[in-house]
Formats: sequence, structure tokens, C-alpha cells
Amino acid sequence: MNMLATTGPVIPEYAKHSVSCVVHNHTFCWSWATSNWSSVLWPALRQHVYLVLIAVSIGFVLSMALALIAHRFRWFEQPTILVTTFLYTIPSLALFELLVAPVGANLYAAEIALVSYTLLVLFRNILTGLRAVPAEVLDAAEGMGMTRTQALLQVELPLALPAITAGLRIAVVTTIALATIVYTIYDAGLGVPIHIALGEGPFKTELICAAALTIGLAIVCDGLLVLTQRALTPWLRARSHGG
Amino acid sequence: MNIAADAHTEGPSSYVRAAELELREVSKRYPGQLIPAIEKLSFTVPAGEVCVLVGPSGSGKTTAMRLINRMIPISGGDILLGGRSVLDRNPRELRREIGYVIQQIGLFPHRTIEENIATVPRLLGWPKARIDARVAELWDLIGLRKDELSGRYPAQLSGGQRQRVGVARALAADPPLLLMDEPFGAIDPINRARLQDEFLRLQQQVRKTVVFVTHDIDEAIKIGDRIAILREGGDLAQYDTPAEILRSPADEFVAQFVGADRGIKRLSLIALEDLTLLVPDDSPRRDAPATPVPRVPLTMSGRDALSLLLTSRATHLLVVDDDGAVRGNVTVELLHRRLAEDGAAAGTSARAEPTAGGGTWVGAVSSDGLDGKRQAAEDVDGAAKARSGA
Repeated sequence: MNMLATTGPVIPEYAKHSVSCVVHNHTFCWSWATSNWSSVLWPALRQHVYLVLIAVSIGFVLSMALALIAHRFRWFEQPTILVTTFLYTIPSLALFELLVAPVGANLYAAEIALVSYTLLVLFRNILTGLRAVPAEVLDAAEGMGMTRTQALLQVELPLALPAITAGLRIAVVTTIALATIVYTIYDAGLGVPIHIALGEGPFKTELICAAALTIGLAIVCDGLLVLTQRALTPWLRARSHGG
Repeated sequence: MNIAADAHTEGPSSYVRAAELELREVSKRYPGQLIPAIEKLSFTVPAGEVCVLVGPSGSGKTTAMRLINRMIPISGGDILLGGRSVLDRNPRELRREIGYVIQQIGLFPHRTIEENIATVPRLLGWPKARIDARVAELWDLIGLRKDELSGRYPAQLSGGQRQRVGVARALAADPPLLLMDEPFGAIDPINRARLQDEFLRLQQQVRKTVVFVTHDIDEAIKIGDRIAILREGGDLAQYDTPAEILRSPADEFVAQFVGADRGIKRLSLIALEDLTLLVPDDSPRRDAPATPVPRVPLTMSGRDALSLLLTSRATHLLVVDDDGAVRGNVTVELLHRRLAEDGAAAGTSARAEPTAGGGTWVGAVSSDGLDGKRQAAEDVDGAAKARSGA
């Protein structure tokens, strides 16, 4: 208590509004959250979104390319599964540290690590989706004179959308969680306030806020993906109410 | 004889004329397989006729069909559509000119019925107005109600409706040739009969050249202008009109395949109006004390008439026209005589003229056996050995 009181002035803003809450170290100080929103939490959240967005986008493009190759050439699947599974099993803290030596403690290292964790689930889901397209549908597409590219863009990818979205949802949620340890090599994301809070002793508000934002971000992103998929796949909801 | 139709006409409602299809010694060998899937298959389908490929499983009928639009590459020989070799064509462009219907239909589940029907016109880059006009036309043609089903997805349709949409999709770009692989195979018997009738009515209207694959000989007899019966190894056993195949099967294999009841099947091809009916006036007196005589329409088939004669106690049926006026009598004897006359007449007439490729050796199997390759007609293994030895 005394220690907190003496460290209080280091962060003078909260003293103004709610000295008592911070000083008495209540489990959660709403006033701390509001007064630090724009200076601490919002920047961290924004960085977190960027970290995840970049990682999932690159991961998605890479996985899509790999899955399309494996869809065309079956032999490509096993080696890709092997490599992406290997990447997925490397302990995340170790991978972050390992990347510092060749890449440096920067955004690149962070993104390389995050991307490598998205590949397995995205690759598998995209490939599963493409393979689940019924053979007779593909036969009809070919028989009506679609080129391979037309069949892919107009038939296979749309029909694989549910599986692809399922993969994206897992990838997004896990990357949001994983990005909280990016702070170990790069000073960005919601991991930073969590780390600070852990180092600061018993004061929990910062930790709770950052954790809640992480969870909230995951739920919102997941919900957005579900809604996007629903909008893009109207045929899945159209079940026999006739004929 | 060649009615070529290579280009599409502009107006959506004007049907492109059908094209003649000719298979010339077409072969299909799969690497590593001793026996070819198809060996020197030759036949010609005149423009606007329905040719049914029928045979047991393993006879290569589906393979033969898929060679035509080059879904399966040809190993030897040539296929001419409208006098032009399909081998000279870009496969994608060729397929857009050939309607394609398969048993599982393969409608695109993520596209509405209209979008499904518009598939090929869209691939061909038709302007939107023309596509819309064409789709509207096809709703009527296939007998589906637009106001009821517009905007629906395939999962919302019944099996029969899906099959109709599949046919509409195949007809959308007015192809001169239609390929149908067991299109009604997955439909229950009642709906199948209805779809077959609908197809025949549709064909009356559009007059496409059609290659229709089935394993059901009754369907072949009902649908086909000509039937190509294949035996294992893609060997053409007989190519002729249904009546001719039923009247004189080329060999034991064909006879067995069409069934022991082929006489009755022949009667199914005859309508009562085709018969020279007996003069009705003295018959009633003869049967005076007996049961009332059934009255049947002119359109009734000989087969149904025979069935009625066998099950009712009457010795004859009164055939009446639409106005109910009596046109004559039909008896078992009359039907019997008709089949006998048919046989005698067809034996001398050139009515059933198999085309050069298919016709030359039909019948040669059992009689002269000149063609060593075809000698062992009933024995597939023997035939294969003979071929590999030749």
C-alpha cells in the first residue's frame, strides 16, 4: 500500500481523478481505464489489430497458394503438412527469440512468427474445402466448357468458402491470443500493458483491461467473420421450404 | 446429309439446327490395360435424331459419350460434329456447343436456378438482356413455374425439378448436340416415366441431335430413334431403330439384352391408330351374350391393348376416337398378324438403314463370320484374344 502510494505520482493523471481507487488498489479501477484509454489502451489495441491483420493476411495468401498447388498436385500436400505442423509445434516464446538473431528484434520477426502459426490451420482448411466440392459439380463445370481457372473461381472457391472461413476464424482467434507475447521482442500490442502490469506488483486494472480487450477483440473478429460468411453464402441458409 | 451448325444464331428463340454426329473407328485405350475400353466404334447419328447408347456395365457407353465432347481424350479414330472433327476444336469451345446432362445433374449448389441455367451463355459472353430472355424462355420449355421457383437454390428443389433444370442448363446456349448420361437414372419410376415423356415432347420441339446413355433397354426403346447396343469392351453389337432391333436382333447377345419379351416390347412401339382395324359391325353379334366390350382410345399402344385383352374377358376391344366414334376392333389375332407382317416387310425394306460404319458388319457375326475380329461375339474373352492376336 505504501509502496503504491509512493509510486502513484509517477503516473500523475490518475491521481487527479481517483486517487483512492488506485491508491487502495481495488481489483478494478474504472477511472484508471477511462483516463488511460487514449494514452495506453487504445494505442495497444490498434497495434494489436495491425499485428493480427498483417499476420493473418500474409498467412492466408501463403496458405491459399500452397493449398492451390496441393489441390492441383496431390504429392505437394504431405510435405506442406509436415513443414507447417513443424512450425506450429515450435514453442512460441522460443520461436520469437530464435528469430531475433537473424531478423532483429522488430516487427518483421514478430510477423514471421505469427504468420508461421497460421499456416497449418489455414492450409488444411482451404484444401479440405476445395476437395469437398462434389465430383459431379466439377464434372458439370468441365462438361459445360469452363476452363480450370473459371471452375476454380466460379465453382470451387465459392463452395469451399464455409471451410475457408472456419479456418480463418481459428487462425484469427489464435493469432489474437498469440500476439500478446509479441512484446518479448517488439514493443507493440496488448501484450505490452499486460507485461507492464505484471511487473508492477499488485495493481491489476491494467492487466484486466488489456486481457479484456484481447478477448473482446477475438469475439468481435470472430463475429465479423461469421456475419461475412453468412452474407457470402446465401445458399447454405436456403433449405427446402418448397418443392 | 450433313446439316452443319457451327455458329449460334442471334435471336435467342431461334433454334440452331441440329448437327450430324459421326464416329469413325473411334478407339479408347487406357495405358496399362490390355483390353481397349472402346475398339473401332463407328456409327452416325443423323441430325435431329436421338441415339441411345445402351449396354451392360463395362460396355463403355459412358466412355463413348465422353469421348464426343473430349472429356476423355480419344486414342484413335475421329469424331465429326456437323462434318467437322472435334479434334480440331478447342475443347472448351467445343463443350460450350454441346449440351451436357449427367445422372447426378451437378447443378451448382451456390447458384440460383436462373444462374445455373445461364452458365453457358455467360461463358459465351452473351449480353445480359439476351441471357435473361433465353432463361425466361427455358422456364416455359422445361415446364417449371418461374413465379414459384425463381431465385431458389438447387437444394430447394425436388429431384425431378433439378433434372429439368439440368436439361434447361444444357439447352441454354442452343447447342446442336446434346449429351445425356443416364439423366433419369436416379429418379423414381413414376417420375422417370413422366420425365421421359416430357423429354420426348421437348425433343419434338427443339429437334436436337441427342446421344443418350442408359442401361435400361426399355428406356432406350422409348426414347431412341436409333439404339446402339454395346457389349463389353465398347464393341458395337447392333445399331438400328428400336423396331428393327426388336424384330431381328443381330445375335444372341442382343437378343438376350433386349429380353425374351421383345415381341411385347415391339407392340409398345405400335399405337392402335397404326393398325388396320377390323370392321366392327358383325363382331358384337358374335359376342352378344358376353361381357361388355372395353372401349379404348386410338393412341393406346399395342402392348397395353394386348394386356387389356388378356386380363378382360372380351375377345376384342372397341377402338374409339376422341369424339367417341367407333373406329374399329382390335383382337389378339390382329396384333399377332401385325407383328408377323412387320417382320416380313422390314426384312425386305430398306427402312432401317444402318449407316455405313455401323451397318457393314451388323449381322456378319452370326452368319458368315468373315471378320475374324468379331467372330467370338458372345465370348468377350475370346473376342479380346482374337483382337490382341490380330
